[in-house]
Amino acid sequence: MLLDSLLSIITFVPLIGAAILALFLRGDDAPARRNAKCVAMAATSTSLLASLILLATFDPEETGFQFVEEGEWILGLTYKMGVDGLSVLFVMLTTFLMPITILACWDVTHRVKEYMISFLVLETLMLGVFCALDLVLFYLFFEGGLIPMFLIIGIWGGKDRIYAAFKFFLYTFLGSVLMLVAMIAMYVDAGTTDIVALLGHNFGSETMEIMGFHILGGFQTLLWLAFFASFAVKMPMWPVHTWLPDAHVQAPTAGSVILAAILLKMGGYGFLRFSIPMFPVASSLLADFVLWLSAIAIVYTSLVALMQEDVKKLIAYSSVAHMGFVTAGIFSANQQGVDGAIFQMLSHGFISGALFLCVGVVYDRMHTREIDAYGGLVNRMPIYAAVFMLFTMANVGLPGTSGFVGEFLTLVGMFQANTWVCAVAATGVILSAAYALWLYRRVVMGELVKESLRSITDMNRREQAIFAPLVVMTILLGVYPSLVTDIVGPSVGALLDGYGEAVAQYSGTTQLAQHGGH
Amino acid sequence: MQTGDLTIILPEIVLSIFAMAGLLAGAYGGRDRLGPAMIWTTSALFAVLAAWIGLQGTGTATAFGGMFTDDAFARFAKVTILLSAAAVLLMGEGYMARSDLIRFEYPLLIALAAVGMMVMVSASDLMALYMGLELQSLSLYVVAALRRDSVKSTEAGLKYFVLGALSSGLLLFGASLVYGFAGTTGFVGIFEAVQGRAPVGLLIGLSLVIAGLAFKVSAAPFHMWTPDVYEGAPTPVTAFFATAPKIAAMALLARVVYGAFGGIVGDWQQILAALSVASMFLGAVAAIGQRNIKRLMAYSSIAHMGFALMGLTAGTAAGVEAMLIYLVIYVTMNVGTFAFILSMARDGSPVVEISALSLYSRRSPTRALAMLVLLFSLAGVPPLVGFFAKYSVLLAAVDAGLVWLAVLGVIASVIGAFYYIRIVYIMYFGDEESELDAGGSTVLAGFLVVSAAMMLFGLWNLAGIEGPAAAAAATLVR
Repeated sequence: MLLDSLLSIITFVPLIGAAILALFLRGDDAPARRNAKCVAMAATSTSLLASLILLATFDPEETGFQFVEEGEWILGLTYKMGVDGLSVLFVMLTTFLMPITILACWDVTHRVKEYMISFLVLETLMLGVFCALDLVLFYLFFEGGLIPMFLIIGIWGGKDRIYAAFKFFLYTFLGSVLMLVAMIAMYVDAGTTDIVALLGHNFGSETMEIMGFHILGGFQTLLWLAFFASFAVKMPMWPVHTWLPDAHVQAPTAGSVILAAILLKMGGYGFLRFSIPMFPVASSLLADFVLWLSAIAIVYTSLVALMQEDVKKLIAYSSVAHMGFVTAGIFSANQQGVDGAIFQMLSHGFISGALFLCVGVVYDRMHTREIDAYGGLVNRMPIYAAVFMLFTMANVGLPGTSGFVGEFLTLVGMFQANTWVCAVAATGVILSAAYALWLYRRVVMGELVKESLRSITDMNRREQAIFAPLVVMTILLGVYPSLVTDIVGPSVGALLDGYGEAVAQYSGTTQLAQHGGH
Repeated sequence: MQTGDLTIILPEIVLSIFAMAGLLAGAYGGRDRLGPAMIWTTSALFAVLAAWIGLQGTGTATAFGGMFTDDAFARFAKVTILLSAAAVLLMGEGYMARSDLIRFEYPLLIALAAVGMMVMVSASDLMALYMGLELQSLSLYVVAALRRDSVKSTEAGLKYFVLGALSSGLLLFGASLVYGFAGTTGFVGIFEAVQGRAPVGLLIGLSLVIAGLAFKVSAAPFHMWTPDVYEGAPTPVTAFFATAPKIAAMALLARVVYGAFGGIVGDWQQILAALSVASMFLGAVAAIGQRNIKRLMAYSSIAHMGFALMGLTAGTAAGVEAMLIYLVIYVTMNVGTFAFILSMARDGSPVVEISALSLYSRRSPTRALAMLVLLFSLAGVPPLVGFFAKYSVLLAAVDAGLVWLAVLGVIASVIGAFYYIRIVYIMYFGDEESELDAGGSTVLAGFLVVSAAMMLFGLWNLAGIEGPAAAAAATLVR
């Protein structure tokens, strides 16, 4: 009974928490603030516990969807939820990071109740994205996340928060509405919005002629491009990444953590859930395009990161570079590549989240994100220096941390798909070492010469508690990656089998057509 | 004339008699002292009639030799019109009393306009159409100029009257051309006479009729009166303009194009598609620069009518259903939004500048939150119900092969989202505290909160309007 609606429970418990806060919590004094945080903590923890049950009862060998719930809904749509090997770990990532995020904003005093409500609503929407098995339901969750994130950046953000909030909202909204039209076209074509049924539907791939242009892959290519517009912005891929640094810099620490750790993963998840299995022909035709975009992203944004004066901006650009590995891995379309992409997304969730939290720790004390304002922190903050060290190394991809596994697997995948792209991307690894280590040297190492830093204090117990689970996960996944690959492997295998078949069939028919022509 | 005919139009008769009796009572009796009571009575009567029409009718019946049709479509539109009119009347009472505008004629003119609208949506003959349209319009001209000592209000009334008269002229001219070429004014007769190919004269007539009706739904490029009238008219009247007459005019347009010209869908489809695109973009772009929230809502309504027209353009039963769903959701959102605008006041006198809302969320968190929900819903951002309104018309358009229209529509909706979330930004991210009054009438707060709640809880089943809308669309599209 409980297991039958487990996904709904995981997804909607945070929303219930938000409703309780909105309806029953009054006032803005210290007890009310503490209560708001406690309710948020309780709701996110409940969701985490429920998701642990999900993980324990999840069967990795089964490649279909599990824990499926289905019900009638409005306008011919269905309320359908379910997870498979591709999505279950993203659900875990979200539920795992949310309590940490709530704990990270324990010291916020400005409109705490609204802050907690925003985060809880956001959690429900993010979980919904990974669980939804109906196109429009997916879109609902995917887009709905914009509202709380817009508010989080706009109300609790930094100095230029308004510009960043609007840029974030309109950029991603524009990317996504085209996807909506494509979704409607898919509904009209296939007669259903059920993702499971759509996975089995063949969208037309005959060459189409539009206004004199011959479009290889036809209908599939058009749909693929519309989805790409949305996911590439969300990911974000070069050259549509420019909203991300602004949003990150202006967002409050907890907002940055969620943005980097979870919201960016929706793009990658979207590629895996829609682009590859539903439009295989278009994906194979455009794979090189995506691979090169990814390679450019890795090198270009790493170089840009090298020149940043603002810690958060630097980490934001490094996120774009790491997401380049993800897209390249996905569109390598082989087991190592896709496994690596999922691994990289999960590991980046922990690492980038932790890095933004590291920035938050010193920002809370000094209220500046300028790299030049720091230096020699190791003298006053040894624990902080050690933690920051670990995550810097993980970000670089040091063996033994989860960052290495993801980068290595995706590079292996890329090498098989396109050796040149792999070569370019591999230089990005060197560049990432350059900017990350240089950042670490400038902030943490050296003599403590700045007068303002003389009285800075090391991390307190709450902050240590925030980092502990992230440290554990980063090292654990680094030394024992099978934890992830065992779960995603079978589903990825099934995904790629279907993809290979469709592509082989397509190239068979086009060759046949060419022979017929001769 | 048969008694059967009279039973079919009984709701209209009841409302007319009520309006006339009310006029007599007002003229001979208490004058304006009766105003508040009259507003409450009219609202109550609207609600009762809505329940009566909604619960009693089944099937299709025609009266007066086919001039007047009572079918599921008409009933759906009438219930929506009456309920929204009742809500808007109630909302405006406090405002009218405060600005010393409460006259007994006001609710009665609204009642007469409602009768006109009920005739409009039931009309199945060009004559009946014109009769209903004029009854509605004449009442509205007067209401727009209700604030007699204000230049803006008088200007609004006059502008509305002149342009309205022009549009009526166009419509009449078009109707006479249609009559000349089809040989009849009855919709059924025209439908049978015009199949496949239509003579050029009839097409000109059709275009003129659509142009006349486009004035009434304020679709671009026939929208010029809308911002000025919205701004000039007293706010309760503006709220009324934004709701019931829009439904009536859209329903009438649907009836004309499907009931009379259902045989030449391709011919009017292009006209409606052009109107739709022009309205969506004009509404989205022109609203960005507005500083007055009433003018902003005028452009917002133009954009929304563009979307509703998209559903109509599809030329299918699904399209009409989508349009009806769109209208109901639009009206619900507008009732809530105008409840908020009506409550905007500083030291008791009304305020319409958007900038006055700066940091309103701190002064009145609940209302700001409700307004936030409504604004995101108006922008069509999921997961709010406003998204489903847009989704259903987009679906209808793509299904009918109008992908280009759907793509243009979503782009316009992104542009439009900017000005809605700009209000959110002013309410939540501003830097100076709002000086608006925090308190205010509980009636308005109630309407605001209920309307916002419907945008959230409507996700459950769209408040059950889907079935009736489908039935209504099925009776209209043959």
